[in-house]
Amino acid sequence: MRHFVVVGILIILVSVLLYIGLDAAELLPVAASAQATPIDWMWNIQVIAMCILFAIIAVPMFYSLVVFRRRKGETGDGMHFEGNTSLEIAWSSIPLVIVVVFAYLGAVNLSDTLRRDPSATIIKVTGIQWSWKFEYPADPETGVVVISDELHLPVGKQVLLRMTSSDVIHSFWVPEFRVKQDLVPGRFTELTITPTLEGNYKVSCAELCGTSHYFMVKPVVISSQEEFEVWLAEQLIIAIDLGKTPEGQGQLLVSQNGCAACHSINGAVGIGPTWFGLFGSDVELTDGSTVIADEAFITESIRNPEAKIVAGFETQKMVQYTFTDEEIAAIVAYIKTLK
Amino acid sequence: MNNNPLRKAFLFLVVAGAVGYGLGLGLDFLVAGNLNFSGSVASAFTLLFSFTAFFYGLYGYRGITRGLVWQVEGTLIGAFLITGIRAAMGATPIFGAFFFSEPAWVFGALSGVLSFIFGVGIMDDWIKWARGIDTPKYHEDEPGWEKYFSVSLDHKVIGIQYTVTALFLIAIGGTFALIFRTELAASQLQFLTTTFRLFNQTGPQLYNTLMSLHGILMIISILLGVSGIINYAVPFLVGAHDMAFPRMNAFAYWVAVPASVLMLMSLVLGGFDTGWTGYPPLSSRAPVGMQMFFLGVFTAGWSSILGALNVIATVLRMRAKGMTAMRLPIFVWAGIATSIIALTATQLIGLSFQLVMFQRLFGMGFFDATKGGNPVLFQHLFWFYSHPAVYVFVLPGLGIISELLPVFVRKPLFGYRWIAMSSLGIALVGFVVWAHHMFTSGMNEYLRVPFMYSTMLVAVPTGVKFFSWVATLWGGKIELPTPMLFVLGAIFIFLLGGITGPPNAMVAVDLHLHDTYWVVGHFHDTIFGGFVYPFFAAIYFWFPKATGRRMSELWGKVHFWLMTPSFLVLTFGMMFIGLRGMRRRIADYDVALGFDTTHLILTIAGYLIALSVLIFFINFFYSIKNGEKAEGNVWNSRSPEWLVPSPMHPHNYPVPFEVVGEPYDYGLPGSKYVEFAAVKGKKH
Repeated sequence: MRHFVVVGILIILVSVLLYIGLDAAELLPVAASAQATPIDWMWNIQVIAMCILFAIIAVPMFYSLVVFRRRKGETGDGMHFEGNTSLEIAWSSIPLVIVVVFAYLGAVNLSDTLRRDPSATIIKVTGIQWSWKFEYPADPETGVVVISDELHLPVGKQVLLRMTSSDVIHSFWVPEFRVKQDLVPGRFTELTITPTLEGNYKVSCAELCGTSHYFMVKPVVISSQEEFEVWLAEQLIIAIDLGKTPEGQGQLLVSQNGCAACHSINGAVGIGPTWFGLFGSDVELTDGSTVIADEAFITESIRNPEAKIVAGFETQKMVQYTFTDEEIAAIVAYIKTLK
Repeated sequence: MNNNPLRKAFLFLVVAGAVGYGLGLGLDFLVAGNLNFSGSVASAFTLLFSFTAFFYGLYGYRGITRGLVWQVEGTLIGAFLITGIRAAMGATPIFGAFFFSEPAWVFGALSGVLSFIFGVGIMDDWIKWARGIDTPKYHEDEPGWEKYFSVSLDHKVIGIQYTVTALFLIAIGGTFALIFRTELAASQLQFLTTTFRLFNQTGPQLYNTLMSLHGILMIISILLGVSGIINYAVPFLVGAHDMAFPRMNAFAYWVAVPASVLMLMSLVLGGFDTGWTGYPPLSSRAPVGMQMFFLGVFTAGWSSILGALNVIATVLRMRAKGMTAMRLPIFVWAGIATSIIALTATQLIGLSFQLVMFQRLFGMGFFDATKGGNPVLFQHLFWFYSHPAVYVFVLPGLGIISELLPVFVRKPLFGYRWIAMSSLGIALVGFVVWAHHMFTSGMNEYLRVPFMYSTMLVAVPTGVKFFSWVATLWGGKIELPTPMLFVLGAIFIFLLGGITGPPNAMVAVDLHLHDTYWVVGHFHDTIFGGFVYPFFAAIYFWFPKATGRRMSELWGKVHFWLMTPSFLVLTFGMMFIGLRGMRRRIADYDVALGFDTTHLILTIAGYLIALSVLIFFINFFYSIKNGEKAEGNVWNSRSPEWLVPSPMHPHNYPVPFEVVGEPYDYGLPGSKYVEFAAVKGKKH
């Protein structure tokens, strides 16, 4: 009996101390969305459950190892008891009840994070190997759509991310928002986010998406409504300005479609060939031949990346884009300016 | 083992490797027109040639050597055949980036596997039967170490073949982990950079390949380890003289060898950057290595399915007299539960991978959205096996814990029936939880809720096991030799894996945890606690049975006390950074996250684990010949195998036994589990 009292006290002590310790360790990053609140609440309950479960098993186990260890010179076997049916029933049925309660709480918790505001702003998100493309609602006056590889959101206003992928499966994750959602090619998935804390965060891809998966990280800026509107207006002006010339349109397309993830514009070696000084230069191909990088070559390389592969880049397949002829011409015009 | 064949084997390895390298380089030059010194073709030839020559030097042209030679020949013949057909049909290009085109490699690899099976000699008896020629019921094995390198029908030999192959793959998979763990020691890419080239892969590509191969090699090694312990122990635990189908048993082992070769081939043939999960569309775009991976898993799956069938048949039909269901050794219950899963679920991973193979080879659009396919469908098919698979890994491990615990506590196993039934419970519930891997996948939002319920339900039978183990420890006279240390380590680490599981089951919380290092840490806890520690415990425990010698206690304890703290640091660290935002499967991480110090500690811990396993390996191989002699009942166990001398007779018990009592009645004076028949002289 004395053993049971000691173990009981130790279990309580260990669970409490463990919880205090884990609570002080600040296991989760700062919460920056309304969806994080129910998730963090549930996480905290899980931590409590973990501490109790750990203590219930580990304390009697280590206690036994100390108390019921064979002493030097001791012979013979341990006590002979083969089981206890009421105990077994107790420790199967009590956990069963707890499990059902927890799962019910979990379902309620899930619906809390899915709660939607019908007036939420819709932002279209596209995952590209290895970049993000965010399309903001069209400007009502000019009809111009701001497309950026940065996600800017006003604080306190729910947004609905309508997400898809142009190539493989990606996954949208901002640790401070907690929620995560895959982007699946050929269909749209949705994620509801209500930013609650101004600051600079990062969105990264959480689903392995190929060579530069680690590199698929872009900024997320949560600011006040005013700052957000200023930013959006600036982007709109830039988009309208650049849209006036072909090379400007090319520059826009390049920044919107994540081309810079592989092709540098300053001569640095990337996953793909650099575009700096590319136009008009001699390019060596994997089969040993040389071609001049003219309009025809660059157009072909965008439309059918596997047709001619530049020497040194044979290990990596380029994404197949579906640009129109005008868009490709604009991109070529932009590449021409990179000298 | 005599030193000379080993020395000769290594010499052959080096020479043949050099020849293969030269040949591969030459062939590559003929087709591609340039010398690619770190390229795939040269590496593939080096691998195949050196591997084969090693066994030739060790063992001569028979058994495994003949199998490997036939595999190389079969691969080349098959690949050239397809290349010829493609050339005749006017298909272009005739050759691909990896010398052969992809269809030629796939067909070649398939024909290589079949050639291996014929070459190694496993089909010999069946072919003779088909031609009406009789074969002896038993084959005499060669004495000494040589029997392990060719087909044997003795379940104990096959068990050891499985176990040693598993250890070999653990060593390779662990080495891969050390390589990418080193890259992760600090942020930024240090040596696996974008300008780095090996096997036609850039640094980050090679990182992804190594990470993927670490996963699948460890999984296959675990499956082989599971089969190893089950094959070795189950027949003598139930009192059978062998498995129900000895030839099929040997087939199941030998088919895993060419599968392992295919896995290693995938590394040099451009690798694959999808992780072991191989999700399309990524896996439909990866290099040829992807196909080698698919074929390798497909082939290894046969091993699992046939092995499981054999275990079930053996336990159902070949038990000793008096061995009723509730007097089976508890490990046998675990073996049955795990075999039910392996027999019925493995097909799904084979199928899902085969569909992607066909998508790549024939343009079938199963998972291609542009052709009306659905990428998420793959995930359902894949996880329908791959979640139950983790129970295939851990159920035998938990069975080993339950089997060994009473021996060292000197007390009956608490709640035998409940533990036995909980294994079946876990196995059955395990079939309906698969979608908890897909909470973020884009599956129906509210369909996630039933999977949350079913997943949480697994906690109930698992809890029964934990409570029963603790109750078994209570009031015992606990001894702590090396196997018991590993059993206790297993319980503690599996507990950590267990309690970190429920948060993943809660859908909303999992949205944060999914695809982070938290999951990596949780997973490694469950597998180390559920398989790796019990596996080591089983090896330390049954080593004297297999060899008649003991492994060193001192070095066994060093192994345990070095591995356990390092491992705890490793997984705690992983979980901690995972919660703070560290994604899985990334070659590099943002320095701003502030994880550099933690990652450095994790890398050091990883190296310490490797060191402890190295100590184990030295202890293992040294003790085979030089260990302290131990031919009797080393652990003072009640189990029948310890009542006969070690190593055991080829057909286990010269005299059959009858079960007369409960298996774990330690502490009950005068009680007996088995009684050997009084009449002698009758064989089998």
